[in-house]
Parts: sequence; C-alpha cells; structure tokens
Amino acid sequence: MTDQTNATGFDWDGPAFQSQMKKRRRSQIRLKLLGLGAIAIAFLMLMLLIGSLISTGYQAFTQTHLKIEVFLDPEHVDPENPARGNYRQILTDTMKVQFPEVADDRAALRRLTSILSNGAQFTIRDRVVANPGLIGETVQFNVPVSDDYDQLNKGLIDPETPEAHRRLKDDEIANFELLKDRGVVTKPLNTALLTNADSRFPELAGLKGALVGSFYALLTCFLLSFPLGIGAALYLEEFAPRNRFSDLIEININNLAAVPSVVFGLLALAVFLGWFGMPRSAPFVGGMTLALMTLPTIIIATRAALKAVPPSIREAALGVGASKQQVVFGHVLPLAMPGILTGTIIGLAQALGETAPLLLIGMNAFITSAPSTPFDSATALPTQIFIWADSPERGFVSRTSAAILVLLTFLITMNALAIFMRQKFERKW
Amino acid sequence: MFDVQKPETAVDQTAIKIAARNVQVFYGNTQAIKDVDVDIQDKTVTSFIGPSGCGKSTFLRCLNRMNDTIDSCRVEGEILLDGQDIYAPRVDPVQLRARVGMVFQKPNPFPKSIYDNVAYGPRIHGMARTKDEIDEVVEKSLRRAALWDEVKDRLDTPGTGLSGGQQQRLCIARAVATRPEVLLMDEPCSALDPIATAQVEELIDELKQRFSVVIVTHSMQQAARVSQKTAFFHLGNLVEYGDTNTIFTNPQDHRTESYITGRIG
Repeated sequence: MTDQTNATGFDWDGPAFQSQMKKRRRSQIRLKLLGLGAIAIAFLMLMLLIGSLISTGYQAFTQTHLKIEVFLDPEHVDPENPARGNYRQILTDTMKVQFPEVADDRAALRRLTSILSNGAQFTIRDRVVANPGLIGETVQFNVPVSDDYDQLNKGLIDPETPEAHRRLKDDEIANFELLKDRGVVTKPLNTALLTNADSRFPELAGLKGALVGSFYALLTCFLLSFPLGIGAALYLEEFAPRNRFSDLIEININNLAAVPSVVFGLLALAVFLGWFGMPRSAPFVGGMTLALMTLPTIIIATRAALKAVPPSIREAALGVGASKQQVVFGHVLPLAMPGILTGTIIGLAQALGETAPLLLIGMNAFITSAPSTPFDSATALPTQIFIWADSPERGFVSRTSAAILVLLTFLITMNALAIFMRQKFERKW
Repeated sequence: MFDVQKPETAVDQTAIKIAARNVQVFYGNTQAIKDVDVDIQDKTVTSFIGPSGCGKSTFLRCLNRMNDTIDSCRVEGEILLDGQDIYAPRVDPVQLRARVGMVFQKPNPFPKSIYDNVAYGPRIHGMARTKDEIDEVVEKSLRRAALWDEVKDRLDTPGTGLSGGQQQRLCIARAVATRPEVLLMDEPCSALDPIATAQVEELIDELKQRFSVVIVTHSMQQAARVSQKTAFFHLGNLVEYGDTNTIFTNPQDHRTESYITGRIG
C-alpha cells in the first residue's frame, strides 16, 4: 500500500493543476496589492494634507507676548472718562522706561513702540475701563507683540538673511533680543484665535466672529431644513400617490442634490437679497441659503431611512387597527430616526464647509466684531479662511492653516457624532 | 346558476360570521381570486389550504381589508361581517382591523417592550384608559396567548428578544388584546419549530371558543389538526369547502384529492 499514485483520485501534485493554482493565487495577490496600494495612496494624501496644515498652522496656536509694567499716568487718562485716554502715549512712556537710552529720539521710540501690537492700547484701555481705580498705579500687562516680531520670535524671520531682504532691521532685532534677555518675552497659548473676532492685524485676528456666524447659519439651516426635509420625505414616501407627478418631483429632488452650490448662492442673492431685501452678510440668510442645499440631502436620506423600515412592522401596526398616520408617526418614523439623524448631520457638516454660496451673499466681508444676533453681519468659518488666505500679512499664513484645522475639527466631530448616533439608536429587528 | 344569497339570509344563520359572495380580486390586470363564495362560521377554526400562489393569502387579506394598502389591488363582490358589507363606503378599514385581527407569517413584534406590544392596540383604540385597565388587558391577553407565565417577570424587556415561538404568541396576544371577533392567521407557524408550532396550534384550539379563527396553512396535517372547516383553493378558485373531515377523507373534487394526496402543489 505504499504506492500512492492514484488511478482514479485527483492528482493534487500534478503539473497542470499546480500551474493553474499558481496562476489563480498570483492574480489574487495582485488584486490584494492593488487594493492595498489604493488605500495607501489615499491615506498618504490625507496625511500629507493634515501634515502640511499642522506644520504651517501650529505656530498660530501660540502668540508672542510682552510682559510690561505700565504706569497708568493720570495725565493721559481722565478718571471721569477712562475710555478716551491717550493709551498710545502711555505705551510709549512704558517703552521709554524699558529703553532709557533712546528716551529723546522720537523716531527710535516710535519704532520701539511698534514692537507692541496695535491692539495693546485697547487691551490696556479695556482693563482700565473695567476698573478705573487702576489709574495712577503701575500694573503688569501681558500684551501681544506685533506680527513681525512674532514671526521673529517663532523663527520665521531669519536674522542671517541680508538686512535689506527682511522686514526687521538689525537694530530692531537687537532691541527684541534685549527684551528677550530680560525675560519679558513670553509665548503663551493663543487664546485670541478663538476669542477675538477678525482684525487687520494678524496677532489680534481670531475666529470668534466666524464661529458664531457659522453657528447661527447652521442653526438656521437646521431649523429650516430638518422639519421641511422630513415633512417632504414623509409625504413623498408614505402618503403621496404614485403617479407621474410624484415621479417628477422625485427626479427633481435628486437633481437638486447635484446642483453646484454656487448656483444656490446666486439664487439666494437674487431672491433673498434682491427681492426680499434681506440683510447682506447675515448668518440668517446664509443659513437659508445652506438650507436650500441641505434640503435635498435630508430628503434623500430620510426617504432611504423610511424605505429601510421593514414592511412587517407596518403590517403589524395596520393589523391591530392603527391608522396610516399612527403607523407612520408611531412606528415607521421612530425606527427611521437614526438614519434620518445621520443624514441630517452629514448634510449639516457639508453645509458647514460650504463656501461658494456664502461668498455670493457677502459673508466674506471684513467684520471686526462677532455677531450678536443672526441678523448682524458676520463671516463663517470657510469664508474666514478664504479672507485670511487672501491677506498679505505673513501672520495670516499660519492662521489660515490653523483656521482650517479648527474647521476640520468641527467637521470630524460632527461626523463622529453621526456615527455615534447611528450606533446608539440603531435597532435590530 | 344559483342566486346570490341575500345578506338577510346570512344573518339568519346565526353561526355565520363572515359571508363572502362572488369575490373577485385583481392585481392590476391579473385576476388573483375568481368568484369565491364562502361562509365562515363563528367560534370555529376554518383553514384555507392550497398550493403556493393559489390566492388563499390574498383572500384572507380581503377579510380585514389589508389589501387596501396595495395600490394596484382591487376587490369586487361582497364580504359581509355579521351581515354588513365591509367594503361599504361607510366602513372604516382601520376600525374593521380592530374587529378582525391578524397574525402574520413571520413573527413581527414591534421593537418595543413586551408590555407595550400588547398594550398598543387597546391604547390606540381607547379601549383601556387607566394604567390598571391596561395592565389587566395585557395580562389577560398574554394569558390567552399562553405566554404570561413565561414573560410575566420581564414585561419591560423588548419583544424582539423573545424566541421565535414566543414572538409569534406575543403577536397573537397583541391581536387578541383589541378583542377582535375574527382572528386571521397567515401561515402563523411556517417560521416556527415543531414544538412552538404545537404550542400555537394548542392556542388556536383555545381561541376558537371566543371567536372565529381563519388560518392559512401550507401544512395539511396542521389543517387537519386544528380546523373544523377547510377550504381548498386552486388557481384563484375556491374548489371545495366543507368539514375538514370530509375534505380530507372524502373529497368531492378530483383537484382536491390530487392536492391532498400530494399530486399537485
């Protein structure tokens, strides 16, 4: 029985079978490698994007500050009316104390004062207005330095380059180094990035206006598109008669979802601003425009979710004598809710990142205060990024990347929320 | 040709719960049911048998107007429940379905608690208002469905967590809770194992004391076991209707005989 060559059985070691098997395995491995390659390329691109954003943007999350002792001279500030004081002079005096040797050289003094951000005087003013008792005393302030010095401190201006090719001259750099040696230069977390509104000065510019504007716009968008979208989808899916007219509506809704967003912007410009005379740059109008875009997405997602509810549940409810309305609102809609919410959040995330329609209704205006109502002028996150990317000041380069990172954080959070909701509320039947 | 029986005569025969006269059902242009006349007696189990696609489920779904939910479906003829035409314009199909309950082929409890599953019908029909009343209805219905002892300690757990047989009995309890006069069952045991099937069959036997049960089944043994009356459908026609014993032992029509002996179907 040692001879295992088989006359009738299959020859597993035969050359024909071996070569066929090898060929099959090779093609399988090829396919697998292609798939892996595709994923690797996609992943690499993503890493590249995020990497470049972080490498340029991380600098914007800190801001060079100067710790200075400021004597609030009653000569320059009237305790009766602290808001009207000459804070610029107070700052000049402060720098005079720091550098006594140039006290009489007005030009040199002006250049020294320009180390401080233009916003420093307002920081001091706000403190004094809030607490007029400080007048006449020496108070320590931590004020931002101007953009050029911030760049220098972050190593973005190279002192080795020829003097004519850089924005700061040798003596300015020397002065700043002197301040550094005295230990008054600090680099804390740049909270102004989130708490300030836009500014012409990068060191003062923040995203607050854009964040609040985006929030109002998304809120308006949600309040309009969520109930309208669910209502439309419910009617089309559950109540509308199936005829040519409802087919036409369905096709058009699907088409609407594919319309470029700039077209919605033009529509909003013509209708909301042109006919109805709504305010320009208002997040409310922005939200309405975004709602036009989100609506088809929500309708399509809702219809898909309603369709996915098993017919057996409808039959069960009808079988015990529930009316159509009771079936839809008591059983079908609750079961479809996770899907609807997921679709809505993804639609809103899309709306959050939408730029073109907002540009057309003027949400790319330069506005230095956060809106207090949805009807005030404001920017939104993507349009703020657009404005900053367009600004010539060096400091805005890193701030643009930082703003993109903030926007991406919100988008990722919203998508994570959508996934969480889907998993939490998903029901098995 | 026999004259169509008048509704009054149907009422006179007190035992007749549902009388169908000359029923035709169309899906679009295809006719699924042709000229069906049948009298379903009260407090009796009537089974509909026949090969797949013969129209027995379609006819069953006419009895509580479930076919209304299918757009292309059209029903002609008369179906009388206690002498009243259920397809008359003044009849509300929603209310009708509370009087003629239904249990489906696949157990389909709502994804809610066991309690809420049973309480749903009485709640929407306003049959029980206070918590005590609903509690009572739920317990009674679950007892009638022979499920109470198994679930009384976990009424607030999801109905979908029960076993297949328990789910089907829960669906029966849900149907019974609206106090129907007729219970329609569309192959209620086809998704169940033999033990669960036996439990449901036993249950059907008890249920017939309170109301009339109409059951569609593929299993001739089941029809023989649970029903007193049997109707054999073939290609949309009601071929033969009579006492279960007669149908199975002494069928009049050769098609019935062929089906019962396993030659068609």
